[in-house]
Order: sequence, then C-alpha cells, then structure tokens
Amino acid sequence: MNEEQLLYAPTHEWVHVAEENGERIATIGISAFAVELLTDLVYMELPEVGKELIQGEEFGEVESVKAVSPLYSPVNGQVVAVNSELPDRLETLSDDPYNEGWILKVKLAGDAELANLMDYPTYQKQCAEEG
Amino acid sequence: MKDRNTPLIFERSRPGRRATCMPSADVPVRPIEDLLPAASRAAEPPPLPELAEPDIVRHFTSLSTRNMAVDTHFYPLGSCTMKYNPKRNERLASLPGLADLHPYQPEDSLQGLFHILHELQQMLAEISGLPGVTLQPAAGAHGELTALMIAAAHFRRLGQRRTKVLTPDTSHGTNPASARMAGFQTVTLQSTPEGYVDLDDLETKLDEQVAVLMVTNPNTLGLFDQQIRQVSERVHARGGLVYLDGANMNAILGIARPSDFGADMMHFNPHKTFSSPHGGGGPGAGPVCVSQALEPYLPLPIVARVDSKYRLIQERPHSIGRVRSYFGNVGVLVRAYCYIRTLGPAGLRRVSEDAVLNANYLLSLIKHFLVVPHGDRCLHEFVASAAEVKKTRGVRGMDLAKRLLDYGFHAPTVYFPLTVPEAIMIEPTETESKETLDAFAETLFRILEEPLDRLQEAPYTTPISRPDEVQAARKPILRWTCD
Amino acid sequence: MAYLFNTPEDQSQMLAAIGVESLEDLFASVPPDLRLSEPLDLPSALSELELVQHVTGLAARNGSSVDRVCFLGGGSYDHFVPAVVDSLASRGEFYTSYTPYQPEVSQGNLQAMFEYQTMVCQLTGLDVSNASLYDGGSATIEAVLMALNATRREGKVVTSRSLHPEYREIMKTYLANLSTELVTVDAAEGRTDLSALAAAVDSQTACVVIGHPNFFGALESMGEVARIAHEAGALLIQVFDPISLGLLKRPGDWGADIAVAEGQSLGSPMSFGGPYLGLMACRESFVRRLPGRIAGQTTDRRGRRCWVLTLQTREQHIRRAKATSNICTNQGLIALRAAIYLAAMGPHGLRETAELCLQKAHYAQQKLTAASRYQLAFAQPTFKEFVVRDSRSDVAHLLSQAERRGWLAGIPLERWYPELHDCFLVAVTEKRTREQIEGWADCLCSDLEDVPF
Repeated sequence: MNEEQLLYAPTHEWVHVAEENGERIATIGISAFAVELLTDLVYMELPEVGKELIQGEEFGEVESVKAVSPLYSPVNGQVVAVNSELPDRLETLSDDPYNEGWILKVKLAGDAELANLMDYPTYQKQCAEEG
Repeated sequence: MKDRNTPLIFERSRPGRRATCMPSADVPVRPIEDLLPAASRAAEPPPLPELAEPDIVRHFTSLSTRNMAVDTHFYPLGSCTMKYNPKRNERLASLPGLADLHPYQPEDSLQGLFHILHELQQMLAEISGLPGVTLQPAAGAHGELTALMIAAAHFRRLGQRRTKVLTPDTSHGTNPASARMAGFQTVTLQSTPEGYVDLDDLETKLDEQVAVLMVTNPNTLGLFDQQIRQVSERVHARGGLVYLDGANMNAILGIARPSDFGADMMHFNPHKTFSSPHGGGGPGAGPVCVSQALEPYLPLPIVARVDSKYRLIQERPHSIGRVRSYFGNVGVLVRAYCYIRTLGPAGLRRVSEDAVLNANYLLSLIKHFLVVPHGDRCLHEFVASAAEVKKTRGVRGMDLAKRLLDYGFHAPTVYFPLTVPEAIMIEPTETESKETLDAFAETLFRILEEPLDRLQEAPYTTPISRPDEVQAARKPILRWTCD
Repeated sequence: MAYLFNTPEDQSQMLAAIGVESLEDLFASVPPDLRLSEPLDLPSALSELELVQHVTGLAARNGSSVDRVCFLGGGSYDHFVPAVVDSLASRGEFYTSYTPYQPEVSQGNLQAMFEYQTMVCQLTGLDVSNASLYDGGSATIEAVLMALNATRREGKVVTSRSLHPEYREIMKTYLANLSTELVTVDAAEGRTDLSALAAAVDSQTACVVIGHPNFFGALESMGEVARIAHEAGALLIQVFDPISLGLLKRPGDWGADIAVAEGQSLGSPMSFGGPYLGLMACRESFVRRLPGRIAGQTTDRRGRRCWVLTLQTREQHIRRAKATSNICTNQGLIALRAAIYLAAMGPHGLRETAELCLQKAHYAQQKLTAASRYQLAFAQPTFKEFVVRDSRSDVAHLLSQAERRGWLAGIPLERWYPELHDCFLVAVTEKRTREQIEGWADCLCSDLEDVPF
C-alpha cells in the first residue's frame, strides 16, 4: 500500500478502504512514525474477530519494555480479520508497516466517520509538529 | 566482582546427590495405601534439583558475590532510603523467643512479644501524630490499599457515595493501582514544577465525589510542600480525606508530624525509615496510622492492653476485616522496634538532620557539574538532571548510572520522577560519611569527562554488561527447562 | 551514635560548603507552624547492651516452640529448617540489597529469583511462577483478582468453608469494594460439599477457590472440583501445602489454572505470622496477568546469559491504575530461603519429610483417639493435620491447661466454626518425635487439674 494514499487518525492509526465481495472493508495499521516513536516493541494484544469497534475507542495495546500504548480504532465497524502472525513477528511493524504490518480488517458500519480522518499531507504536518 | 558466570543450580544437579537425609520414622509405619487414596498420590516427588550440601553453599555464596548491597557499597538509590541495617536488630529478631512463636498460640504465652508490638503501635502513633495504628499490612503498597479500604468503609457508613481518588502525576505508581483495587476511580492531579500540589488544578478537580487525596510529602524531589496545610484544609472542607504516602519520612522524624499538616491516614515503610533490611526486594511492612475518627475501621487484630495484660482485639463492628493472614510481618516490625528504641527521640531527630545534611552537602558538590533544577536546598534527597549533557554530548542519565557501577557505587534512581528529564535521583541517607560523599561526587565529576562511547558501553567490571531487556520481554524465558 | 558518621567538625565543614549557618537552616522550607516544638514523646535511647538485655528479657516472657512442643498448624508450621538456609540467607550481600533495578550488579538476586520461579513450577506442575507475593492469604485474593480479569466474569467467586478462614476473610475484605459476590459452600463433613459446589458454580463464576489439603487437614476430591469448575468455564485456584507435594499430586496434575500457597513451611520460622511468602504459579496463558515481579532470562552485550526483571508493563510503576496489582515489592529474602530449602531437600528429602508428617500425624491420631474422650471429627483422609472432637466439650480449658504443661496442643476451632466448639485442630510435622507425640497424648488424656500460669 502506498502511504500517501491512506487515511490517518490523530492517534497514528492508518486506514485503507476497499470493496471486497460487495462489503466496504477497512484495513488498519499503525504508521511508520508511530512505530518509530514506540521503539522496540515487545508485545501486542489484539481483539477477536467479530468484535464491534467504535471510532476513537481502544481496540488493543502495544508494549515496549517500559511503556504501554493503547491502539484506538479509526473507524466504526466489525472486525472480520486479525493479522494473528503479527504478535510473534513484531519487527514486521517497523519493516513493512503499510503492507505485511497490517493489524485488522474491519467491515465498515458506514462511511460518515471517515470524514474525521486526515489525508497524508495533513498527517505529515501533525507528525512534524509532534516530532 | 567476579566476571564469571555461575551455572544455574539445576545444571549442577546430579541424580542421587543429597544434602538432607531425613531420619527414618520413629513411629510405627503404616502402608501409604492405607492412609492416602491412590488417586491423590503422585508417583514421583517433584523434579527438584539434587545436590550435596557443599555444592549448595558454593552456589548461593557465589550468587551473593554478584550483588551490590548496603553492606558492601554506597547505595544512593533515591526514594528507597538504603540506610545501614543494624546487626543487633538481626540478632534480636531471630531470638527463639521471638522467631519461634506460632500465630495461634495462647495469648498468655505471647506477652513479651505483645509488649513490643503494643509499644511500637504507640511509638508510630507518636511519630505520625495519628493515634490509630495497624501493623498488619505487609508492605507500603499494601498499607496504601488498606488505608483506601478504610476510607471506602468510612464513607459507606456515612452513606456518602464518593467514587474518586486524586493522585498527583508525580506519585508512585502504587497510588493509582491501590485506588483502583479499593474500587475507586483515579483522577490525576497536576503538580507544579516543584512537584507540589497545584492548588488551581486541585480546585477544579475537588468535588463531593472525591474520597481521598493521596499525597507524598516531603515529595519525590526531596521538597516540603509549604502549602500542604492549605491543600489538606481544602480537601477537608469538601468532606474528603488526606492520605500521606510516608515513603519519605526519613526527612522529618521529630521535625514535623503528618497529623499537623493535615493527614488523616498514612503508612510507614519500616524497611526505609526504620532500617529493617530490604532483603533484595522484601520483606517490608506497611503499618498504617489513622486519625481517631477512622480508628474503628482498622483491620484486625490489634494489640491492646486490657487489665494489665496484652490482648489481641479480634472483633470490632466497623473493621474492614483482614488484609493479610495472621498478625503481619512481625520479624520486620521487631527490627523497627529495636531501631526506634536504639535511637530514642533525640536520635531519631538526629537521623533526619544528618540525612538532610548529607543530601544538601552532596547537592552542594554536584551542582557545580550537573544541573539540579529545583535549587540549592533539599531535604533527604534531590534530583539532578542529565538533560544538559545529553543535549551537548549525548550522554544520558542511564550512561552515568551504569558507569558509576564500575567505580563501586550503586547507581542512583534514574528516570524517576518523570517530570524531570533525564532525572538522577540521589538519596545518600544519614549512614554515610563525608568521605564517601566526597568520593562519590568526585567520581561522578570524573565520569562526566569521559568520552561518550566509553560511557555508552559501561559498565565494564561488573559480572555482566548491559542486558538485552527487549529480548527478555519479547520471548520470555521465565524458568529453566532441561533441554 | 552508632549508625551515624558526622562529627561536629564534619558538620561545620559540610554546613560551610552548603553555605548555611546551622542545621536548622536546612529545614527552612518546613513552615514554622508545622514544626514540632517539643521532642517526640518516645522512650529514651538504649545502648546495644541495654537493648539486648531489654529485648532478650521480653523474648524470655514468650513461650516459644523451643520450650513448648508445637502441635499447632493452620497454615503456619514448625517444620525443620536445615542450617544452610540460615547461613546463606544471612549473607549481607543478599539481605541488605534491594529490588534488582540495576541488573548488572544484581545478578545474584535475579538468578536466585529465576531459580526460585523454576522450583515453584517444578513443585506445582504449572508453567510459570512470579518472584513471590506477601503471604498465602494475600496470594489467594491476588489469584482471585487475576481470575476475574482473565475470565472477564465479575459476578461470582465460589469458595468453601474448608478453605482457611483467614484467607476467606481477606477475600471478603477485598471484594467488599468490588461488584463481585463471594459464595461460600458448606463443608460439613470436613470437605467441600460437591453437590453444593456444583449448584453454586454458574456461567458468571470467575473461579473456584479450594484448599487441598484443606484447613481441616483433609483431602478434597480435586478431580471432581476441577471438573465442576471447568465445565462452567470457571478457573480452578488451588491453595496447596508445599510440603504435601512430596507425596500428593501436584496442582497442575489436577488441572488447576492457578496455584497459591503459604511458603513459610519452606525454610522460614513461624515468627508469629510473618514475614511469610506467597507462592503463585499459573498456566502459561495467564502470564501477562500475573501480579508481582518476574525474573526472565536474556543475554548481555557480550552474549552472556543473564537475568533481568521482565514483563514490567504488567506492573504498577508503568501501568498505574490499570496494573495487574498494586504490588511493588516481593518477599525476596523469604523466596531465597525457600529456594535454598528446596535445593537442600531435593526431591527425596521433600518426599521423606512428607512421609514423616503423614506417618506421625496418623500415629498421633491413633494415640489420642485410643482414649474414649477423643474422636476424629471427620472421616476424610488427611495429610499432616486433623480435627479432634472432645466429647467432654471442654476445649478451651483443656488446651490452656496443656499449654501450662508445655504443650501447644491444638487450635480451638470455635472462633471460626461455632458448630465445632468442641473441636480442635492438630498439626504434626516431621519434627515431632514419638516421645513427644506420646507425651502430648498422655497429657491430653490425663485429668488436667488447674495449674496456675
């Protein structure tokens, strides 16, 4: 996936929306900027398939040796797939955050809340301010 | 310290070796099948290691040489009060007349011990100014939890629904964790740059839902909050209680009393303030003192003097119940008793004076080459910052801490409190000499002159170099298994 | 003053370096109206000699298990402690160190923790252990809190009247502030009533907490208990006696999800109740919900095997209000004693110890119940403790008279079990000799006329 074509939440999750079998499916991950900030990740806790997510609410956690960071859902919808290999291969998050490092696929409940997300240039600006 | 690995005890094990052979039974032996049902029995005993006694002695002696300790090194670990652990206390606590007492033996056979525990209750009440004392909690964090349960019971009885506990952002992590375990929500309170309670933020967050404000005074920066009384008055005005985290009592023994600055409840850390040893991370104890109004809620048992005899009070209608089995960490409490009796009132005050003198003296030496953001004075400890040297040379607080180990000094506490960047928190305690403080300051000064790469690879002379904590957490190996 | 260094000369040099006139100036930040104007009202200082005389005198007023023969148990036991335990654990390098925050200079403690954790796993047959908790009672409630968290069921915790009554009181204290109901099923026959247990456990139940051997010294039907818990999706928490595992199946063998114990038996004195040691082990899948410190293996920069505190994100200093527990310290020194004890015993020493407890306890039963005055209260198989019924229903007087003759003969049960007002609990460890057992039985069977204390 091309990072410039993704949508971003202020909490550093990225979203890619596509049609799959007539459903609107959002693929979700965390940005390279966030992975860099989190430093050496050691553990990740992910939701189960079927869980309903609400935009802005916690769906999981990533941990480094001495910090815990919650992951927030950038969309509303139901989890349809989880990248279950990820917790055992956390280096994927830094090696390839936008493809192999995907975290969840979510069947969107609607499109409206996508308007709350940022495009790439806006997100870049946010990162520049935080960095 | 030796630069050699000690094998795991399991790797020394050889089948058939024995350190302990129990005698054969001197009573008539019945077949085990007659005594225990087959389904309950294990075919083999647990697969513990098998060693001869000399092997065990060498193994653990070798391990002991791979530690730094107060007996061997200066240990200025901020907020931990690593003072000298008097040998007389160790000897006395292990007297058979104290160590070999069963928790359920008759009270008449415990009068000497009860005398000690009762007097300790009274002495802690005097030092804190709070008359109700429980010796039951097993550690400082356990004392906090006990106090919050007391507050919960108090408001339940008053019929007040108070759901919140205020904890400053600089507080020990145990504060919010204890609050949650006692069923409260925690609300984080901002601190001023000096680590004092921010009165404006307190005003915004203080309401009739607040049960308790938890405060550490003197605080983790080694400063006394001069507005502490106003803080307490505001909390009291809204019907709330003030809890004092007593971790830093070593600064104010005989100087000021928590009750006078408005605390309703507090805990002591006998393993910090009253010299019982830290034991590599415990046991401690966490006695809690409370105001008269809260006394009915204390956990039981408590030692009382009734008709010229000491008795255990086992029942009170409003007690929160038990927080631990039996009486408490009695062995630790006996050591604290011995310590207080050794020093007496003048000695305890002298402890705090010397702790504060030592900390200020060390501060006066260190401020010439490391920034101490909170000024020239402190109480029992102070926080220096390596932020400046990090910016100019890339040297981090952790690098300095690790290099100190090479020179035979235990490292100060680094990266706490979080409000000071590159914090180096130093608590020398009163049981160190001027010569030691001079040597420590001089070493720290010399280290700062060393090249960056020399510091980043430190330590060099310790049994191991820096361990890979990421690997440990990613693929946890938490026990030995035979290959 | 023995522990202080600063001479008047040191003091004046130091004050000059600081740039103040007097010690008083260093306390300028403490508002004058908060300063004590009088010295604390405490007894005056004692020299070492005076302290030793004072405390030794007080200790002599206690009747310890050295001059009385101890048949008391109830979770705290007079077991044998090999000399190596005291000798090694009293090394200053161990007991005057602190939590291993600097692993480079704490490898001794960290490796000992790792070895302790391994031995607790070997003992319990479970996958992981923490580096210890305060005591058996608080370890039990910590296991319950862990189960509430792991199962996401907050409705109910089920236990039995056969569990240590103080452990039940601790659970009650902690759960009073949470929304979880504590259900206690009956144990009228000296062990948990299984049909009552099955009826109490439901889909809202987070865990079943059972002592085995239980407070009465009796064995529970652990296979059945495990089945009842697991069929309802609840976790099984077994409270065990470490010494019993020289003979009995391990908690992991019964399918326990979490096992906790009082570890005092493993090389520590009774000390009127503490400091003790909370053992806790669990299945691998709950490792991130374990409370307390955990040591883990890793390598240093030169590739050498070493140990660190790990999985710290579970703990209060990082996760604060969301931590698995508020626990900060462990019981390092007591855990070290347990590790040395278990190494000194080894598998065979532990088995022999357990066998001696079993045989001697049964000999004591037989001796005492030979007299028509005494019967066993329950018919269940027992390990090293048992409940005796006094047909004369004169327990308090009996035990206090026995005490005056040098026998800590048993624990009256009425305080916790009103219906057992005529019963007392007896523990017999490997230390009790045949002569002592017979002396104890003779004493209880003789006509005890009042002797003054």
